[in-house]
Amino acid sequence: MPGPLSGRRLRSFVVQGVVAVGLALLLWLLFHFTAANMRERGIHSGFGFLLEPAGFAIGESPLPFDSADSVLWALVVGLVNTLRVALPAIVVSTVLGTLIGLGRLSPNLLLRGLCKAYVETLRNVPLLLQLLAWYFVVTDLLPDSGAALQIVPHVFLSKSGLAVPWFGDDGALLDLPVRGDLAVTGGAALTPEFLALLLGLSLYTAAYVAETVRAGIQSVPRGQSDAALALGMSRVQSFRRVLLPQALRSIIPPLTNQHLSLTKNVSLAVAIGYPDLVSIADTTLNQTGRAAECIAVIMAVYLIVSLLTAWASTALERRTGRWAQRP
Amino acid sequence: MRLLKLAQIAPRLCAAAVLLLLPFAQAHAGKTLDQIRQRGQLVCGVSTGVIGFSAVDSQGHWRGLDVDVCRAIAAAVLKDPNKVKYVPVNAEQRFTALQSGEVDLLSRNTTWTLTRDASLGLEFTAITYYDGQGFLVPKKLKLRSAAQLRNAEICVQSGTTTEQNLSDYFKAQGVNVKPVVFENFEASIRAFFSGRCQAYTTDASALAFIRSKEAQKPDDYQILPELISKEPLGPVVRRGDDAWFTIVKWVVFALIDAEEYGVTQGNVQSMKASTNPAIRRLLGSTGDSGKPLGLDRDWAARAVGAVGNYGEIFRRNVGADSPLKLARGLNALWTQGGLMYAPPIR
Repeated sequence: MPGPLSGRRLRSFVVQGVVAVGLALLLWLLFHFTAANMRERGIHSGFGFLLEPAGFAIGESPLPFDSADSVLWALVVGLVNTLRVALPAIVVSTVLGTLIGLGRLSPNLLLRGLCKAYVETLRNVPLLLQLLAWYFVVTDLLPDSGAALQIVPHVFLSKSGLAVPWFGDDGALLDLPVRGDLAVTGGAALTPEFLALLLGLSLYTAAYVAETVRAGIQSVPRGQSDAALALGMSRVQSFRRVLLPQALRSIIPPLTNQHLSLTKNVSLAVAIGYPDLVSIADTTLNQTGRAAECIAVIMAVYLIVSLLTAWASTALERRTGRWAQRP
Repeated sequence: MRLLKLAQIAPRLCAAAVLLLLPFAQAHAGKTLDQIRQRGQLVCGVSTGVIGFSAVDSQGHWRGLDVDVCRAIAAAVLKDPNKVKYVPVNAEQRFTALQSGEVDLLSRNTTWTLTRDASLGLEFTAITYYDGQGFLVPKKLKLRSAAQLRNAEICVQSGTTTEQNLSDYFKAQGVNVKPVVFENFEASIRAFFSGRCQAYTTDASALAFIRSKEAQKPDDYQILPELISKEPLGPVVRRGDDAWFTIVKWVVFALIDAEEYGVTQGNVQSMKASTNPAIRRLLGSTGDSGKPLGLDRDWAARAVGAVGNYGEIFRRNVGADSPLKLARGLNALWTQGGLMYAPPIR
């Protein structure tokens, strides 16, 4: 019996060690040369600017923000704005995508055709174009900000978005939206930018989710559901007890990819005026000229968010794995 | 045995990667002027399309005030105004393009600010256009001044000093406004004209163009009287090459001086025989003003001959002879109540 560090194992440890050291060295060299070159060309560098006042305003945010707040806080606001779109879009796209995926397997020809048409259309038009289209449809359809439509008292719909009463921030219990001279003021607003982004991302990602769900269910051999039916299970029972547990195992990993790309696709918000992380980092980059640092911050934040999502999904996968093995 | 193969490849991969990094590591050797002469071409960073400043016309030629600055410099340095390669850079790329040496010169409606001048490894040379930020609003809102924009939503394109000016101005006024920030110019314009915002803000030079060219009915829109910021625009060079910095600066000065002395594209040859000593020095008839710059004595005459004096450049690209029809305003000569003033050539 081979010892712990003999033969193949030893070799594989050495190889992995060499690759790891090489990678670290490469990263260090990249960092070193970039820093040295920037120094040499008189370009100031470092992350100190993150604590300086941002100097610009942010159009919408659930967190309080003032232009005197720090750049770091502006980026936090941007991240929160990104997640504020990504999380509901993940829920909507998953639910909608699952329904469409099931629809593609339906015995009903019309339903099957419609679902196929949905998938093929949405998935074959670039997301950026879809977002712009939704955005301009939304803004064109809504009434002018000066002539906002009052749906129920203190809820207004206009080109400025959907304004609803919200908690007051200075002592007042409720902050009620009212018609101002130019636009609706007060309360909280779901802006057309937010709505278009949520809509566009959800519908686009749903097409991919639908394909993932369809493929996952079709990957379970037909014999499984036949056997379940032969055992006297109803169609619903066989789906829930036999098909779904097996299908989920092949659905969840690609589904995670869809959620990850949805989160990254939020960065297209810059095109339609929604202040997400990338939009705010772009503005910061311009005010401060710190290109390398701003890009590094964006990359680090996306990496962390993606790793957290992947981690959560692995945990989910393990749970469904257990569920599938349950007698 | 796949791992073993990887072990053989890994060092080679590392070596290849280090090689890739080498150009990064090389010091920025060689003077800009020598490189341009060797290359036989000036590489000019311009905007991706701002009519009047730098934009491609229907024949595929770059045109505009910023473009003419590039042409004048190419005429002075390479004796041919057409030996310019234009590299369109967006607001985010522009400084990196200059810092990394991709372009020799940034002539791209870029505002001179302290941070940009002092901390980015760049230097602003001279001012070719005095701009200021203004507001375009629909007339139906019956606004008379920017102070009335309380709680307004204002469409703005990112990547400029615009957002900060907006915030500074309304903060000083104690007025709250909401910026709606777009990365893309077309999208920002489209959103404004669809009624998403009550005002659009950018530099006044661009507002005139947007109102006249992008609005379906220009008469339904007005530009508010306030200019809320100073936006001195001009060419930028990399820090550390004083000779090149001086050349760019003085070509711009020569164009302004030429207007002051009445030297035009049409009369530049005959003016060489002028009796005015200042004109004779400018055009190289007396003394050699090119020598301290590392150029020949005809440098300024060639620049003016290629694109005209500053007044002609202005008129052709953004002034009376252009679709923009901008008034000279601050950009008039100092002798005519403007700010255009160039040090003497002597």
